Amino acid sequence: MEELDVEPAITNIPAASDGKHLGFAWGPGDILAYETLYKASSGAKGSGCSFIHEVRKDEDIYSPILRKLFNESHHIFVGLQTIREDLPNKNKKPQFVSISKNYRSVIRACMEELQQVAVSTKDAKVSMQYGNQVSILLAIELIWNLCEVLFIDAAPAGSLLLHLLDWVRLHKADVDEKAREVLQSESPAEHHDYWDVVVSYVLQGRLEEARQMLVKQATLQPAARNMYKLMDTLLTKMPFYNPGGTQTLTEFDVKWRNWHEEVDRCLQDNSFASNRHLEIICRILVGDEDMLLDHKELLGTWYHFLVTRLLFSHPTVKPTELHYYAQSCMTMFLDSRNVPEPLDNILLAAFEFDIHQVIKDCSIALNNWWFVAHLTDLLDHCKLLQSHNLHFGSNLREFLLLEYASGLFTHHSLWQLAVDYFDHCPEFGRVYLELQIERVPLDTERKALKVLRICEQRQMSEQVRSICKIMAMRALRNNRLGSALSWSIRAKDAAFATLISERFLQDYCARGTFSDLDLIDNLGPAMLLSDRLTFLGKYREFHKLYGEKRFSEAAKLLLSLMTAKIAPRSFWMTLLTDALPLLEQKETPNHSQLGCPDHYPHQI
Amino acid sequence: MFVARSIAADHKDLIHDVSYDFHGRRMATCSSDQSVKVWDKSENGEWHCTASWKTHSGSVWRVTWAHPEFGQVLASCSFDRTAAVWEEIVGESNDKQRGLSHWIKRTTLVDSRTSVTDVKFAPKHMGLMLTTCSTDGVVRIYEAPDVMNLSQWSLQHEISCKLSCSCISWNPSSSRAHPPMFAVGSDDSNVTYGGKVQIYEYNENTRKYAKAETLMTVTDAVHDIAFAPNLGRSFHVLAIATKDVRIFKLVPMRKESTSTGPTKLEVQIVAQFDNHNSQVWRVSWNITSTLLASSGDDGCVRLWKANYMDNWKCTGILKGDGSPLTGSSGQPTAMSTVVGSSVQTSQNALNGMSAGRYFFPPLDPPRAGSRYGHLLPPSSLIEHCDAEPIQPQHQGLPHRLYSRALLPLPEADGQ
Repeated sequence: MEELDVEPAITNIPAASDGKHLGFAWGPGDILAYETLYKASSGAKGSGCSFIHEVRKDEDIYSPILRKLFNESHHIFVGLQTIREDLPNKNKKPQFVSISKNYRSVIRACMEELQQVAVSTKDAKVSMQYGNQVSILLAIELIWNLCEVLFIDAAPAGSLLLHLLDWVRLHKADVDEKAREVLQSESPAEHHDYWDVVVSYVLQGRLEEARQMLVKQATLQPAARNMYKLMDTLLTKMPFYNPGGTQTLTEFDVKWRNWHEEVDRCLQDNSFASNRHLEIICRILVGDEDMLLDHKELLGTWYHFLVTRLLFSHPTVKPTELHYYAQSCMTMFLDSRNVPEPLDNILLAAFEFDIHQVIKDCSIALNNWWFVAHLTDLLDHCKLLQSHNLHFGSNLREFLLLEYASGLFTHHSLWQLAVDYFDHCPEFGRVYLELQIERVPLDTERKALKVLRICEQRQMSEQVRSICKIMAMRALRNNRLGSALSWSIRAKDAAFATLISERFLQDYCARGTFSDLDLIDNLGPAMLLSDRLTFLGKYREFHKLYGEKRFSEAAKLLLSLMTAKIAPRSFWMTLLTDALPLLEQKETPNHSQLGCPDHYPHQI
Repeated sequence: MFVARSIAADHKDLIHDVSYDFHGRRMATCSSDQSVKVWDKSENGEWHCTASWKTHSGSVWRVTWAHPEFGQVLASCSFDRTAAVWEEIVGESNDKQRGLSHWIKRTTLVDSRTSVTDVKFAPKHMGLMLTTCSTDGVVRIYEAPDVMNLSQWSLQHEISCKLSCSCISWNPSSSRAHPPMFAVGSDDSNVTYGGKVQIYEYNENTRKYAKAETLMTVTDAVHDIAFAPNLGRSFHVLAIATKDVRIFKLVPMRKESTSTGPTKLEVQIVAQFDNHNSQVWRVSWNITSTLLASSGDDGCVRLWKANYMDNWKCTGILKGDGSPLTGSSGQPTAMSTVVGSSVQTSQNALNGMSAGRYFFPPLDPPRAGSRYGHLLPPSSLIEHCDAEPIQPQHQGLPHRLYSRALLPLPEADGQ
């Protein structure tokens, strides 16, 4: 598989170009560039001009309308991943086809919204930008649709052509617009576009509509009535394969050949010789390539030409035969002046059933990984990548999904979608997620909790610890001891919890009261995280008991605090001072114990 | 790619380093004007300078952030032979309102006898450790044992590399399988010692760093070096900025149970690019190590990417266009950003960095028989716009060739 050697795109930075270097710094979703000079001399002097330029790649994730595409396709993606693996493939095919259609309808919806904005805005730049996006989505949908027909639905001969016909009709809807114009005019049959419409209908195999249009012309030319009747008959009798019917493909083929001969006879008989237009139509029906090529403008594209040609010369075309016709049609349609463009090559690769080439070419031609990632994922689920004997089939899928999801991660809200994508990348998904989720800015507690929940659900204990530590540190720096303590408890960071408990105790010594009483009172088992924390909790409990005048319990607790040796040395004086009023209490049964110096010889 | 915004950094002299913090919401810049500036990004994406102060008595070469687990901490290194550690102090409430913050010096590291060329924090799982390297050929590793007291740093290791050092990079891997490891690059012109990149590894038994490997194939001056983030791989990836860009794969070999020395590393060259046609001065990986950026004497920044087959290619170039913006010399804290230069047309906006080499160019006029006919925005666009024609001129094609707005798929309705 050849990689095209194309020069990479150059982005201009408004900076000096001669004699200066360009420094850079990677950021989340962008790269900063600035003028500098790297030659290590003793304090290089330079001009004072110092600008730092923020260089970004993708605008897509910042577009509000495209964001809906990302959101909705994420939903479809997750649904696809959970399809049961054990069903036989033939039962899964309709599911895959329907998922493919879902994706396409999401693309369509997005396109329509973009177009509405493009049309209604007064800003020329916005209009152009949105217009460009619409055209890209059009191309994407075109390609996806063809992939669905050829790869996912994998229609056999007979149905294949019908699907291709649908495909072409869907993407060449300007006929209807023209038809509407013609029909709404005073005398449709005399409209200058009339015959264009009729021929276009025929080219698309929409014979019923062609017949209805022709009726209008027939009424205007009573003298030629027989000719129009003949044409009408030919159009009515053209056989179309019915996949659900009882007729076999061979039977259909025979019928079709008979009809084809009939049309040819009309031509030989010069039945339509006196009417140029009908003659043209007859020639089209018989599959005259030159006549088809005469109508390049109406066909518009080589692939329309391809489908029309097949319709009128080989409707029982087999999938494996497609690429011969595709290649020759493209060559015939594009004259020597025209070079095939990226879209052409992609479609050709599809007709050649070279899925890999399709994916590769799409990756090169498009600047967003959305399309290739989702399409490849779907094709992988259809087991189509493996059948191409690529041992890196699943790696390709993962590679593209990782690229796409990583791009989402830099967005302030879309990053949550990315998590699901990483979850479904068995090899590297987890490590990519670990790496990137740490970098999500923890602007608010709520956001931090959201990130934490994601990490906790996946047992990413190191990330949990790290995020809690960052929040604890931040709280501590801002002197919010309660918040800092609760974050350290969540981080299970004993050392930090100790540190903060010390601060609380210092605070108490300094001010005589505790702050954040709620938190300390409700520590529960978390108290056991560190000795100091336990002491803090218990000490507060002592104060509570004392305040409630439950002196005997208070004294008991105080005693245990002293003997358990978890009291920090700095606190012993305080404890002893606290003991004094208890000693004076007559009800304290243990005051004799408190007064006994044996308990703490080491403390004095 | 395109320039989304330009920030007037207002340094009085060359900027030597710009460093994003861990979350990408703050950045630090340092300059030959001997100062460091700290910038904060607001919710709407604008950068505000929240601090600017003189840090050294010589050009400041590099500035780097510690991991936010240690708080808001910066380190800087300078031509004045020192490195310094700075901590942000939560200021008075009216300071906060004015959007200012204060940074105070916690320590100055004066052990080097010559210009300190690089300063880097070690990976966070090693604690708060700072590494410097100097032109005196010594790498120094300092540790702050008490994270709450940043004025206490002890010099834990002094490693003599015998060559003037220009850059260091720590292996970010925190896997238990990999002992702490860093790489040092040298721009020494001395040819006696062949390899200009040395890899050192920590030995649990001796509690010292020992040289694990010298990259003998790198004989030219090395200006920058960068380990790639480790994505659960068993091997390490190292990028080097020398007379070209080089990427090495270092594969740890299985250790004998009796071996007490550093891990033997098998060195393989993965890629080599000389597109800069000259000296390469900086290399740096993005967060997921999927992209490498390099800056060279040709005044360009190049971006390198590997496809899923592990083939590396240049996927983008940043280049000075010769017309620098003229700065307004306002107050250092003044926010003067120039929003998105219109040098980039929407055409460039569609150029992707990672994949987009070329794209569907919708601005070309469609030719007869061209499939572009239906790729351009539908005719309704043309009919409804009052402004002057936005669409490219169409030669010889009736505009009705464009397909109409597409209908939702009828089949999708029953889903």
